[in-house]
Amino acid sequence: MNNKQPLQSKTPAQEFWYLFSKDKLAMLGFIVLLFLIIAAIAGKVLTEWTVVFDPSMVRLVDKFMPPLSTASQYISLEEIPKFGIYLLGTDELGRDVFARMLQGSFVSLSIGFVAVSISTFIGILLGGLAGFYGNIRLGFISVDTLIMRFTDVMLCFPTFFLILTVVALLPPSIYNIMIIIGITSWMGTARFVRAEFLALREQDFVLAAKALGLPEWRIIFLHMVPNAIAPVLVSSVIGVAAAILTESALSFLGFGVQPPYATWGNILADGKNFIFDAPWLFFIPGIAILVIVLAFNLVGEGMREAMNPKLRRR
Amino acid sequence: MWAYIFRNLLQRCVLLFIVSILAHSVVHLAPGEPSEVDPSNPRMQPEDIAKIRAAFHLDAPIHLQYMYWMRDLFSGELKSFKDSQPVLPKIWERFLNSLPLFICATLLVWTLAFPTGIQAAIRRNSAYDRGSTFIAYALISIPGFFLSYIMILLVVDLFGVPVIGMRTFGMEDASPLYQNMDRIWHLVIPSLMSALAGIAVLSRYVRSQMLEVIGQDYIRTARAKGLDEDTVIYHHALRNALLPFVTLFGFLLPGLIGGSVIFEAIFAWPGLGRLGYEAILARDFPVILTINFIAAALTLIGTFLSDLLYAVVDPRIRLE
Repeated sequence: MNNKQPLQSKTPAQEFWYLFSKDKLAMLGFIVLLFLIIAAIAGKVLTEWTVVFDPSMVRLVDKFMPPLSTASQYISLEEIPKFGIYLLGTDELGRDVFARMLQGSFVSLSIGFVAVSISTFIGILLGGLAGFYGNIRLGFISVDTLIMRFTDVMLCFPTFFLILTVVALLPPSIYNIMIIIGITSWMGTARFVRAEFLALREQDFVLAAKALGLPEWRIIFLHMVPNAIAPVLVSSVIGVAAAILTESALSFLGFGVQPPYATWGNILADGKNFIFDAPWLFFIPGIAILVIVLAFNLVGEGMREAMNPKLRRR
Repeated sequence: MWAYIFRNLLQRCVLLFIVSILAHSVVHLAPGEPSEVDPSNPRMQPEDIAKIRAAFHLDAPIHLQYMYWMRDLFSGELKSFKDSQPVLPKIWERFLNSLPLFICATLLVWTLAFPTGIQAAIRRNSAYDRGSTFIAYALISIPGFFLSYIMILLVVDLFGVPVIGMRTFGMEDASPLYQNMDRIWHLVIPSLMSALAGIAVLSRYVRSQMLEVIGQDYIRTARAKGLDEDTVIYHHALRNALLPFVTLFGFLLPGLIGGSVIFEAIFAWPGLGRLGYEAILARDFPVILTINFIAAALTLIGTFLSDLLYAVVDPRIRLE
């Protein structure tokens, strides 16, 4: 059978991958992302579990060393960085920028991923409720109206101003930042999911599943969610990029992740004070953020194009 | 039609009311109070703190505080916690400062994004299309303040463009002509920097809209009639591609407040975003809440206007 109709035997995943891999920019972004995820895991392992690169080691003698410079002979033996050179230079306290960037890669990525997981979860939950149980009435108002009006309320807030207000009022903590970015950015996902669910609810396969007497949670999670997930995946990939940018903007205003955690955002925000004395403190994290956010955006757009049914038919 | 407008306005008023309650609860329930901004000040005695709390109604239950806020807001007597200045004139003054920056940035976005996006759509997959796509993604992905700092480093030495504040200090005696020229000169870099991300996003959107429309049957018909390409693109395609952008007008207004915090901080621009930032630092609740309230009201007005405009420009849509 495979020999007769090779085109139609492709699974949706294979077809997605075929279209995605034809998009050179998206593939480039994908490779960069893989590399960065490995770097982030390496950063967690090498700076916290087995300290090969110590991001918090202060060496005041060796402050503002440019990238690739060798450690001076004035520091003690245990203070010497790995290989005896500062790969990306040192900052105003003589801390190794390479070690800080490694540590920051994990923190920055996890801020993006956790924030987006929260917003995607809330979005699917509320959008799914509004789409599937929308007709149920609670007193004078239907579930659908209730949830969608609440979404409208959330859309009325100036998002960045709201995030800034809450982050400034709450005690500074990395978890607060993740949670706040998450609960202020689910509205788009909720709208997508609701629209998809409204369309899917009328489809024959859902009717068939109902006729088989499947429990509702099975219909929702095993039959409807997988069919509604494509736009959600795209928006969450792009959402990770947005969360990383938001964190760096918060850091710039002084409300970002506080020490001892290093993120690319706060390395950049600190580095701007030394832009003339030590330009590497500014340009290295800045370009790193540009690259990672660009990679997420390109992969997200590539996925959107590859999942577009209009392109598939061609 | 009128029934629709009336019902819609009523709904929006209810939404605004809920937004204000939510904002008020978030700000008041979060830890941290105006009386605690300066805990290390030795002159701050417990009785002073009690006096401050009583003066700002901070001891009252939260729903009463909300009533006080609403009463003062609508009677125009709302006072800032920080300096006891009336809030509304304060916001109005900063709003007038933000307005030229906002107008310039918006004009830049809308005049540059459309030609870029249309060209990219017409020459699909050309070098121009790929180049502009990549540059657009790069502009979306770069942190705004990083790009602004690089820009400042480049242009200040090369062109001597001012990047601090709204006017040159000590120009008060110059003739009004020079003063105005000075103010416009100060607008250049801040408005360009705050427009760049918008240009990138909007030009991508224009491109995808144009591509969508160019694939339609009526465009093939127009070509088959033998119309020249310019008429097909700018007369038949562009007019239909423009429809969704009417809704974008709705999202312009709130950008006046939310999007400006970072850029006003970078360029020391004494505008609304900066006022909000300073209010957050000082826990100046009336100012924070009022700015938030105005932003929400602007969003609701904007989306309402875009709904109406949509019905005006697209005869297929009927308001019921």
